[in-house]
Amino acid sequence: MTGAPSSPTLPEQAPSASAPLDSSSAPRRVVVAKVGLDGHDRGAKIIARVLRDAGIEVIYTGLHQTPEQVVEAVIQEDADAVGISILSGAHMTLIPRVLELLREEGAEDALVVAGGTIPDDDAEQLRDLGVAGVFGPGTTTTEIVAFVRGNLTP
Amino acid sequence: MATSPRTQPDSSSRRSGEQAATPERPGVLFSTMSGIENEPLYTPEDATIDYEGDLGDPGEFPFTRGVYPSMYRGRLWTMRQFAGFGTAEETNARFRYLLEHGQTGLSTAFDMPTLMGYDSDHPRSLGEVGREGVAVDSLDDMRTLFSGIPLGEVSTSMTINSPAAILLAFYLAVGEEQGVARAALRGTVQTDILKEYIAQKEWIFPPEPSMRLVTDMVEFCAHEMPLMHPISISGYHIREAGSTAAQELAFTLADGFTYVEWALERGLDVDAFAPRLSFFFNAHLDFFEEIAKYRAARRIWARRMRDRYGAKDPRSLLMRFHTQTAGVSLTAQQPEVNLIRTAIEALAAVLGGTQSLHTNSFDEALALPTEHAVRLALRTQQVIAHETGAVNTADPLGGSYYLEHLTDELERQAEEYFDRIEQLGGVVEAIKQNFFQSEIAEASFRYQAEVEAGQRVVVGVNRYQQADEQPVELLRVDPALEAKQIERVQAVRARRDSQAVEAALARLRDDAAHEGRNLMHPIIDAARVETTMGEMCDALRETWGVWREVPVF
Repeated sequence: MTGAPSSPTLPEQAPSASAPLDSSSAPRRVVVAKVGLDGHDRGAKIIARVLRDAGIEVIYTGLHQTPEQVVEAVIQEDADAVGISILSGAHMTLIPRVLELLREEGAEDALVVAGGTIPDDDAEQLRDLGVAGVFGPGTTTTEIVAFVRGNLTP
Repeated sequence: MATSPRTQPDSSSRRSGEQAATPERPGVLFSTMSGIENEPLYTPEDATIDYEGDLGDPGEFPFTRGVYPSMYRGRLWTMRQFAGFGTAEETNARFRYLLEHGQTGLSTAFDMPTLMGYDSDHPRSLGEVGREGVAVDSLDDMRTLFSGIPLGEVSTSMTINSPAAILLAFYLAVGEEQGVARAALRGTVQTDILKEYIAQKEWIFPPEPSMRLVTDMVEFCAHEMPLMHPISISGYHIREAGSTAAQELAFTLADGFTYVEWALERGLDVDAFAPRLSFFFNAHLDFFEEIAKYRAARRIWARRMRDRYGAKDPRSLLMRFHTQTAGVSLTAQQPEVNLIRTAIEALAAVLGGTQSLHTNSFDEALALPTEHAVRLALRTQQVIAHETGAVNTADPLGGSYYLEHLTDELERQAEEYFDRIEQLGGVVEAIKQNFFQSEIAEASFRYQAEVEAGQRVVVGVNRYQQADEQPVELLRVDPALEAKQIERVQAVRARRDSQAVEAALARLRDDAAHEGRNLMHPIIDAARVETTMGEMCDALRETWGVWREVPVF
């Protein structure tokens, strides 16, 4: 949809020779999901795009997804990771529910990361529950790409 | 400024100055945030001013310099802080707090389930009730929300779009219970569904039935609620989603023209509704570009309303707008710095001639604001109003070569967008083709790339970072409020006359299925018998279906 020839690119995101991704021939898949009722999709779209530009296959769910829909997408797409974007304040209800459903479906190996306006103490609780990374406002895309790459073991 | 005679700017000697110019700092973008390239200097050559044709005195066509002759000398802008969280009781307390501290209008933030047309006990509302606004499920909640606040004396803004007609009906009914006639109720309902599809993404129904419902409200208000603004045509969310200033301007005005066209199609006289259309813009950090945006907006609107839509009433030509400082400009890092950002943005809004203003609180990149943070935000407006002198004269920057150039440039870019939108078949068609969504995503990505490349500096984020940040106190919405609100809506369902509710919903479904019936009437009747907001939305969903966006990134 995007990707016009004149599109800007973010710095240093082309897969480099040392990136773990290159050691696996199959492209890695990440589901980028907007869970909950909020319509703030600016961040999710940017993340989807930089991950794609980094050579990762990205499935963007679109807005207003339930935890059930997100987990279904992870399983159907056989995704290696799911990035959950939420700015509705419902993160402590909906993200734990995603984790629970992933376990129920036997998909707990999928890396779960979250982003949005998530206060520090909530972020800590989410990490305890199994979210690998929680990214707040101001995080660079470089940081997120590096985190996802570094945590997707071939 | 004692005795100065008017000095003539000597542009030619400045431009080809004899001094060797200091080389420009490398790696720095000298363009506006929206990508308009700035020259090192603007002179009379850059802004050929036709004063009567392009500017006019404030209060005179084309209103570039302001909508009222005396501007803030006559009346300050309305200081209107957006508030809402938890249940109606908590928000009612916050409203009273703001009124006690000198706020002059109310502005209601509804929670996500209310925006999406779900009652608090709907499964999709789980975890969302009262989080980002107040939950209003029924007339009973609206009654509590405005308890002790005389609706005949305040003006109330309600940020609600897809279910706007329902919330307006609740407000009307509460007013009448307080003994205030509907014709005496003052305020603004956002109702701008087009920008929901474009940017804010809180929608329920597909565009066409949604536009019918909006037009029903416009028609109803024109006849019965003359002091209510039935739509606040909003660029705010378009900008927050990542658009440029020119896109915010162009898409918002294009939406405005679309509402006008639908109302004309309905058979309304343009002067019967246009004076009550209002606007809502963002105030971002690119100071001069923002001021130029407001000025260009007034000029474009006045010209089109007169020349294309044939408005005769001078009030139909006036673009009156609310402004909110840019939420996206706030940083989670060193949050106190946000006070400064907000003050600069608010000053741009005032210098741009806003009619009302919300200043964001410094802690809003982290959570909903605390009372302390909200008070400081309100004080920011009060300092601008009473201490800076910015209010003494209308459009004080008018005539600046740079500002007039930017105003012209933004107008030019907006006109280009209007042509493209027309070629796509109009706003509704362009939404279906994802035109706006893609344009905004592209602009947002470009800005992010500039920030990450260090070409755009965000203080505290990509420069001047601080390692040991002190945590700030955050507002926490008590999770127990969700259960309390669920009890409230279930109690309403248990005590009301369920046959009357069924009959009201049947009529609503039937009227919705027939074009030409104004839905405000069945909605008001349903509200009075305590039909919930979610039940009414369900009835309309059954009739009209729901909207699904094709996700693009």
